[in-house]
Parts: sequence; C-alpha cells; structure tokens
Amino acid sequence: MIHSPLVSTPLFYLGPVPVSAAVVTTWVIMVLLVVGAASCTRRLSLVPSKAQTVLELLVGTVDQQIRETMQAAPRTYRALIGTLFLFILICNWSALAPGVEPPTAHIETDAALALIVFGTTIFYGIRTRGVLRYLATFAEPSWIMIPLNLVEQITRTFSLMVRLFGNVMSGVFVVSIVLSLAGLLVPIPLMALDLLTGTVQAYIFTVLAMVFIGAALPDNSKNEQEAL
Amino acid sequence: MNNLIQIVSILAAAIAVSFGAIGPALGEGRAVAAAMDALARQPESAGTISRTLFVGLAMIETMAIYCLVIALLVLFANPFIK
Repeated sequence: MIHSPLVSTPLFYLGPVPVSAAVVTTWVIMVLLVVGAASCTRRLSLVPSKAQTVLELLVGTVDQQIRETMQAAPRTYRALIGTLFLFILICNWSALAPGVEPPTAHIETDAALALIVFGTTIFYGIRTRGVLRYLATFAEPSWIMIPLNLVEQITRTFSLMVRLFGNVMSGVFVVSIVLSLAGLLVPIPLMALDLLTGTVQAYIFTVLAMVFIGAALPDNSKNEQEAL
Repeated sequence: MNNLIQIVSILAAAIAVSFGAIGPALGEGRAVAAAMDALARQPESAGTISRTLFVGLAMIETMAIYCLVIALLVLFANPFIK
C-alpha cells in the first residue's frame, strides 16, 4: 500500500512542534536561495561576471513579464513575483535530488503560497485605492455581484492551491507507482515530464498571482506608475 | 456496512478519474489542433504559439488533476471509513 499523499508524517519534534520532511526541505531551499542571491549580488560590477549576467537576465525577464501582465511598473512587485517563481521552480525541481520529496507536493506548502497571494492582493488593493474604494470594487458591475465577487476571491485562491498541489503531487505519485511496478530507470521519462510540468506550473502560479494583484490595482495608478 | 462504503469509494474514485479525463482530453485535442493550424499558417511565430500552447494545456490539464485530487481524497481521506 502506497502511503497517502495527503498525510505528512513528522520527521522529528522541535519541543512540542512536529517538523515534517517538507518543512526541512523548504528551509534548505530558502537558505540556498538567500545565500545564493546574497553571494551573487555582493560584488556587482558594471562589466558583469557570469553569475551576474544570469541574474540580470532573470530579473529582466521577470520585469518584462510584470510590465506585460500587470501593466504596472515592476519595481514594487519584482521581489514578490520573482521570489514566488524561483521558490516554486526550485521546489518542483527538488524531486531530482535523491531522497527529496518536493515541498509543493504537500498541500500545506501550496496553501501557504496561495494565502500569500490572497493577502498581497488585498494589501496592494487597499494601498493603491484606500479601504473604502477597494471595498467598492466588489460591487463593481452592480451590487448584485457582491456575493459572487466574494466567493470568487475564495475559490480562485483555492484553485491556485489545488492546481499546484495536484500537478506536483500527481507527478511524484505516478513516479512512485511506476517505480514500485517496473523498477529502476523505468520512470526516467516520467521524471523528465515532471521537470516540464514543474516549470510550467511555476510560471502559471506566478502569472495568476500577477493577474490577481493587477486586477486589484486601479487603472489610473497603472498609467501614473508607468510614467515613473 | 463499512465494507460497502469502501467498495463504493473505490468505484467513485475510478469513475471520477475516468469521466473527469474525457472533458480535458477533448479540450486538449482542440487546443493542439488549433495550434497546429496556426503553426501551418504562420511558421515564423512558432515560439509564441508553442509557449502559449503549453501554458494553455497545463490550464486545461488542471481540470483532470482536480478529479484526481478528488479521487485521492475519496481513497485516502474518506471521512466515512472508520
């Protein structure tokens, strides 16, 4: 019997707090990202080194995507969107390391990521419009739409969570089933497919986060920010 | 009684996955056919078309994944099986 993908077993206890393997992997990835970014940006020069060129390419791509999708100046959102993409991408690809299960294959990690998007959508909406004007957007076409708009906020966050969880978890699940049925080296094509799925899902998660945040911004502030 | 619920759960999971795969399969087929059509007309924009196609396919595939998640919920996290 394959163990349930919905249950995470605690690896060890930190006082009364159970720590699962996904949490350990998450923290290792976070440390790797922070240390990598810090060491790459320590000595920035006008004539870029190899690492700096790769970083500039990455930041430039993220900036361009933000400009195209959100129609806003990327400075405010670069950190959040870029970190979301890089973190999810490395999480999805961490299945390549032997013995590591990607943290995004557990629903808690995806729930946390989706909650971050949910919170920042409201935060940027209120910051750019003000509380009352932001609340007024829920009654935008007419006041009949208020319950639908409220429900939409919840369901789109939920579908964001289930989409990432389902895709990554199903990949891990299928690989483990094929491995138990057929044995060594057979699931390699499926793992290659997982790499593609992981990249596309990381991209989709970030694009949807951009679309949600962009929809909360007022139209006139977009033009003002573009002028900056 | 408990046995019956298990039988029904396994049946429900199989039906959810099989019927849930029909819609996305049809949708993906149409999407790929349209992309092929566009590629034949404008081979120079192959990059944009295939990138959009992959993202669209992943979005459609999510519907099948939702059914898979429901099937796994029914199998592994069924509240009615003690």
